[in-house]
Amino acid sequence: MKIPYPVLIKRTEDTPKWLPVVTSVGAVLLAFIISGIVLAATGADPFKIYSYLYKASFGSWGAFSDVIVKATPLLLIGLGCSLAFRMRLWNIGAEGQFFVGAFMASAVVMVPLVNLETTPTWAIISLMAVLGMVGGALYAFIPGILKAKLNINEIITTLMLNYIAVLWNNYWIFGNWSEAGFQMTKTFPKVAWLPRLADYAKQVPAFSGMTLHVGILFGLIAAVIVYLIIYRSKWGYKITLIGDNPRAARYAGINIAANTILVFMVSGALAGLAGMTEVSGVVHRLQERISTSYGFSGVIVAWLAKLHPFAVIVVSILFGALLVASREIQPSGISFLIQGITLFLVISSDVLLKYEIKWVRPAQETAQ
Amino acid sequence: MNWIEIFRSGISTGTVLLIAAIGEILTERAGIQNLGVEGMMLVGAMAGFRVAFTTGNVWLGLLAAIAAGGLLSLAHAVVTIHFQADQTVSGLSLTFLGTGLALVLGDGLTGQTAPVIPHASIPLLSQIPYLGPIAFTDHNLLVYFGYLLVPVVTYFINKTRPGLHLRAVGENPAAADTLGVNIYRTRYLYTFIGGCFAGLAGAAISVAIAPGWYSNLTVNGQGWIAVALVIFAHWNPWRAALGGYLFGILRRFTLDLQGPRILFGMANPFFFNTNLVFFLQMTPYILTIIALIWGSSAARKKRIGAPAALGTPYLRGERGL
Repeated sequence: MKIPYPVLIKRTEDTPKWLPVVTSVGAVLLAFIISGIVLAATGADPFKIYSYLYKASFGSWGAFSDVIVKATPLLLIGLGCSLAFRMRLWNIGAEGQFFVGAFMASAVVMVPLVNLETTPTWAIISLMAVLGMVGGALYAFIPGILKAKLNINEIITTLMLNYIAVLWNNYWIFGNWSEAGFQMTKTFPKVAWLPRLADYAKQVPAFSGMTLHVGILFGLIAAVIVYLIIYRSKWGYKITLIGDNPRAARYAGINIAANTILVFMVSGALAGLAGMTEVSGVVHRLQERISTSYGFSGVIVAWLAKLHPFAVIVVSILFGALLVASREIQPSGISFLIQGITLFLVISSDVLLKYEIKWVRPAQETAQ
Repeated sequence: MNWIEIFRSGISTGTVLLIAAIGEILTERAGIQNLGVEGMMLVGAMAGFRVAFTTGNVWLGLLAAIAAGGLLSLAHAVVTIHFQADQTVSGLSLTFLGTGLALVLGDGLTGQTAPVIPHASIPLLSQIPYLGPIAFTDHNLLVYFGYLLVPVVTYFINKTRPGLHLRAVGENPAAADTLGVNIYRTRYLYTFIGGCFAGLAGAAISVAIAPGWYSNLTVNGQGWIAVALVIFAHWNPWRAALGGYLFGILRRFTLDLQGPRILFGMANPFFFNTNLVFFLQMTPYILTIIALIWGSSAARKKRIGAPAALGTPYLRGERGL
């Protein structure tokens, strides 16, 4: 066999702990450089855009509060994806589960399921959160059971369900729940709002205008729970085993079908909760554009974080910043472009983790 | 309702799915799953429209679309074949990358008009009752290209030597390798060809069937439907063609269903402007899921499966990969 390169590439088991961090950070940096080249090629000034990106996201406390608001759904969805991806379950349907979660949470206010005059805020919010999670979980049950029982490709089913969920929401906001013919529901009464920093502006003047809401706490708590599940529980061990070696898992007597459905539902519940925080904490109504493809960005967030729950927190803040900044940047595809290039570089860099690369002299090559 | 028109335009829109699905069949037959069809189609649609718009020549646009889809697919090829990255994740990133590229490079194209693929009728064949007006009258040339593509690709896969190599690489790369087939080159080639077809399918939308550039709504999920179609079709071009046309026809049917006020002697519940329209719009996606369920259970019964090595990287000298 002729080796075209003067290198010897060897499979390695012991990857130093710092290496994944280096490759991830390197991938992000490289993605920005490549995107910059593409931007420059289209006639834009990448330095201007990047400095604007930075200012629009980390330039002030108010901007940073916006970043965290955008990071909240990404965090929840990224966590759900991390869990599912550990089992090699490609739940690309977070977008749809997000919409169903938002729908269920809105139903509490719009039907209404409880008396909005007399029920205390904490009860309404809890009900919305629970129903959001239930909605997301049930919606994820569909691809879960199709995968578990019929081995149907979950990527396609979850994607198709995304479109269906958006249309389902449209049915309600264009019809029964429409406010005066607009494609949105009425604004929720204040009792159904997640508390925000701005609500305490009277006590702390610095908080005025800050949109940061309690949802981020949900995300942080979820991160701890997912961490405990993956690294400290028997169930997490099973999930990882099924993902890494399904055959061994089957021999060990693990019920793969049941775990497939369960992991799908937990993953969907987190996406549903994200939908709830978005309607209750940010837009305060159900409308068409409640997601700027959070569902897909969540996939990238999970992968960039190497499926580690705490890393998901950091990466989701980074991507939140990207989303905040890209709202005002033209052309609108830039954030997609950066995300796509980043993901590509991250998965390419994984090869560095699997292999040791050594330079060899051609003479050694023939001895191989 | 005009049934002839429904079938006619169904075949026209189905051609997009057909072209994309056949490209993906070729790629998957080589053992590479490329889920980035949506992204490649978008880039193809953008490139085709942009070049047709700037040069005024629609054929140059088609060439550009084919090249753009093929080039983009090479990213997937490098990452999955040489870096052995997970094909699912790579395909997803390709979709993101393609969407981003298409949106950035397609900036300013919305609302422009470009030359489109000419239409033609086939003499004699168009005289056949029913079939003539549906399949051979006033279609754009890509539709006829689709007709030719199916038998040619089937013949190529099943009856030619390169086709045999292609199947061997997808089913048993180690055995193919011992017979002297270059696995890496074959996989690169068919990933590239699949990308070219996806790019062409994208251009079939933007410069032929629904001319124009409507950002990411231009393709609007058809790439994913094409991927599903491949599974439904059991990696067989004939079934892909059947599925694609059927899909196009049903899609057009649900659109036309919103038109008449009276349907089969009853008040039409889907009459334009009622909210039930959203449920009609769900049908392609629901149908895709049903087709998948149907296709995969039929495949299990007949023991037809995906190419055995689909989704697994090939590494010389390593077993179990």
